[in-house]
Amino acid sequence: MSDIQIVGAPAGVEGAGFFATSLDKAVGLARANSLWPLPFATSCCGIEFMATMASHYDLSRFGAERLSFSPRQADLLMVMGTIAKKMGPVLRQVYLQMAEPRWVMAVGACASSGGIFDTYSVLQGIDEIIPVDVYVPGCPPRPEAIIDGFINIQKLVKTESLRRRNEPEYQKLLASYGIQ
Amino acid sequence: MQNHPVYSDNDPQNELSTLNLGPTHPATHGVFQNVLQLDGERIVSGVSTIGYIHRAFEKIAEHRPFYQITPLTDRLNYCSSPINNMGWHMTVEKLLGIETPKRVDYLRIIVMELARISDHIICNGVLGVDTGAFTGFLYMMEYREAIYEIYEEVCGSRLTTNIGRIGGFERNFNAIAFSKLRKFLKEFPPVLKEFESLFNRNRIFVDRTKGVAEVTAEAALSYSWSGPLLRAAGVDYDVRAMNPYSSYEDFDFEVPVGENGDVYSRFLVRNEEMKQSLRLIEQALVKLEKEPTDIFHADVPEFYLPPKEEVYNNMEALIYHFKIVMGEVPTPATEVYHSVEGANGELGFYLVNDGGRAPYRLHFRRPSFINYQMYAPMSRGMLLSDAIINMSSLNVIAGELDA
Amino acid sequence: MGKITNEELLKNINTKFEGQLTLVGEPFGLLTLETGREQIIDILTYLKTDLSLQFIYLTDITAIHYPEQEKPIGVIYHLHSLINNVRIRIKVFLPDGDFHIPTATTVWDGANWMERETYDYFGVIFDGHPDLRRILNVDDMTAFPMRKEFPLEDPNRVDKKDYFFGR
Ligand code: SF4
Repeated sequence: MSDIQIVGAPAGVEGAGFFATSLDKAVGLARANSLWPLPFATSCCGIEFMATMASHYDLSRFGAERLSFSPRQADLLMVMGTIAKKMGPVLRQVYLQMAEPRWVMAVGACASSGGIFDTYSVLQGIDEIIPVDVYVPGCPPRPEAIIDGFINIQKLVKTESLRRRNEPEYQKLLASYGIQ
Repeated sequence: MQNHPVYSDNDPQNELSTLNLGPTHPATHGVFQNVLQLDGERIVSGVSTIGYIHRAFEKIAEHRPFYQITPLTDRLNYCSSPINNMGWHMTVEKLLGIETPKRVDYLRIIVMELARISDHIICNGVLGVDTGAFTGFLYMMEYREAIYEIYEEVCGSRLTTNIGRIGGFERNFNAIAFSKLRKFLKEFPPVLKEFESLFNRNRIFVDRTKGVAEVTAEAALSYSWSGPLLRAAGVDYDVRAMNPYSSYEDFDFEVPVGENGDVYSRFLVRNEEMKQSLRLIEQALVKLEKEPTDIFHADVPEFYLPPKEEVYNNMEALIYHFKIVMGEVPTPATEVYHSVEGANGELGFYLVNDGGRAPYRLHFRRPSFINYQMYAPMSRGMLLSDAIINMSSLNVIAGELDA
Repeated sequence: MGKITNEELLKNINTKFEGQLTLVGEPFGLLTLETGREQIIDILTYLKTDLSLQFIYLTDITAIHYPEQEKPIGVIYHLHSLINNVRIRIKVFLPDGDFHIPTATTVWDGANWMERETYDYFGVIFDGHPDLRRILNVDDMTAFPMRKEFPLEDPNRVDKKDYFFGR
């Protein structure tokens, strides 16, 4: 017997020979368990991400086996490390290149708020240039914390309405960053 | 090099293409940008751009008291933070004329050599990944976790360790730390051996690395290379042996030297250094047995922050705590240069002090920064795939590169 | 430790460059000299090539800013003689408004980025440098951040109003 567990079915109506649920839930389930992260690792936090990916902590257990280094195929942008002002436009460009649906996770104090570097050259949090879904605190966060952040992203993905990206609220958020 | 086709001048194939490698390219393991001119797959010229995570360490350091600079040094070469921490502490101790007890020196050596091992694990493991062998990386990373667990026992943190205080350690090593260390010393050597047997004579690996990016000793010296890279090129310059600090002179170790400075000999040098580090740790453990077990910092109450319980319950400790935090202890107004052998080379601290609580000027001599500048010139004429491997064997750490 | 002592070193340099160097001191055993920018490259070349000295290893180039001095910016060279295992520090102070100094890239290839960094931080112009551009900061920056008058924190921040901190 293998001890691999299969993810449970969402709430729905079950009967003899059929199972009905809403499309939202089915799609959310599929998306949440096969997120393709784009590791945007710039500095120290990136090394902790390496540990998260490696054998000991193994992020693949959560369906993130496939790292996507191309923004076009990525669902989740994981920003790990200090983003200097010189890097800001690059990060924004990467975000713009990602296709909807896309989520962003700011890992570490630097990506969330600039961290200990309150200086002229460091961007004080990536949320100045792109919207962020989940912030993971820590300098660097432990791999467990990164995984926790990832699980929170999964929750978001699961429960999000399929059409959230078309909602006026979301449009407004993007517009506030100057993104069409 | 060989087999390079020669095109005539008006051949359309003669056109060069431009490739922008980075700053977020997965093969660069960090934020380095190189704009390369390619003729087919061969690099004709390249321009490196750096500074993508410039965090202004030196400017921050001018605004922080000495003991608050330790966390900054963590973030220089974050794969081996303890070496940076210790280097900084030793610089300040040199400035203030603090003599550390032998036991502190030995404990420091244990921590620094562990850091060196963890850094080399990453570099050599990733070099394996870049040549197409993921296995070695996974084997070795497991033991980096073991090293991190030892750090956790000593200081509570994994990566950005902030180990130690000016004058010694914040607290003594506990029994678990020693038992984990012994366990590591027992379990790691066979894995290292297995790692070596996976790579050293592996046909694919040797073909990909041998003779790639050869560097002569003269060129390496002219570019001020240091550390494993310089040693791989055949110069036996190791700060630990040449200007011993932290009682390295009491130890018996060898400085491995390579032959022609190519990627393969850098790999071998790093592996050999891990073995030497293990030897150093073992010797340190033996030496520690003869030392009193309760000493873990120098007796310098004006500079060593007292433990918190003391501060709350003891008048004298409170006064010292206050004095240190408010920066009221006079420090000599002079300048000092101190260097340690970081995992990537000579890590130097040039500190100019004007007697205040913060340095007047602090400059880090960052080996990655200095080592990396040869990258673009040496890539000329190389195949693109070789240049990638060359980059990972330079082991440039972005934090240290950009400061 | 070193095979030549600081006195011998000083004597050797002084016989060659009579009166062109002043002794600053020997903090922690590291001989520190000061000189002018006219002869700095000659001195560096001599130190590198002289057979008894052989300071072949350029450890570092950096600078320092003393705003209240008449010559506010000092460029500092650290050299290391690997054969004799002795180090030397040489300082050159530059007058206000005229931060020019000849480049050391003619002596060591490795001086290239060190000088670019110094330019980026302090605005010291290394004459003859092959590619003197900013290296760490963004290209369109106009100020030189390591000068003392430049603030550490970004002055354009909007989320750091004093009243949030009760100031
Ligand atoms: S949050 Fe801390 S560990 Fe992470 S990148 Fe910033 S300084 Fe490094």
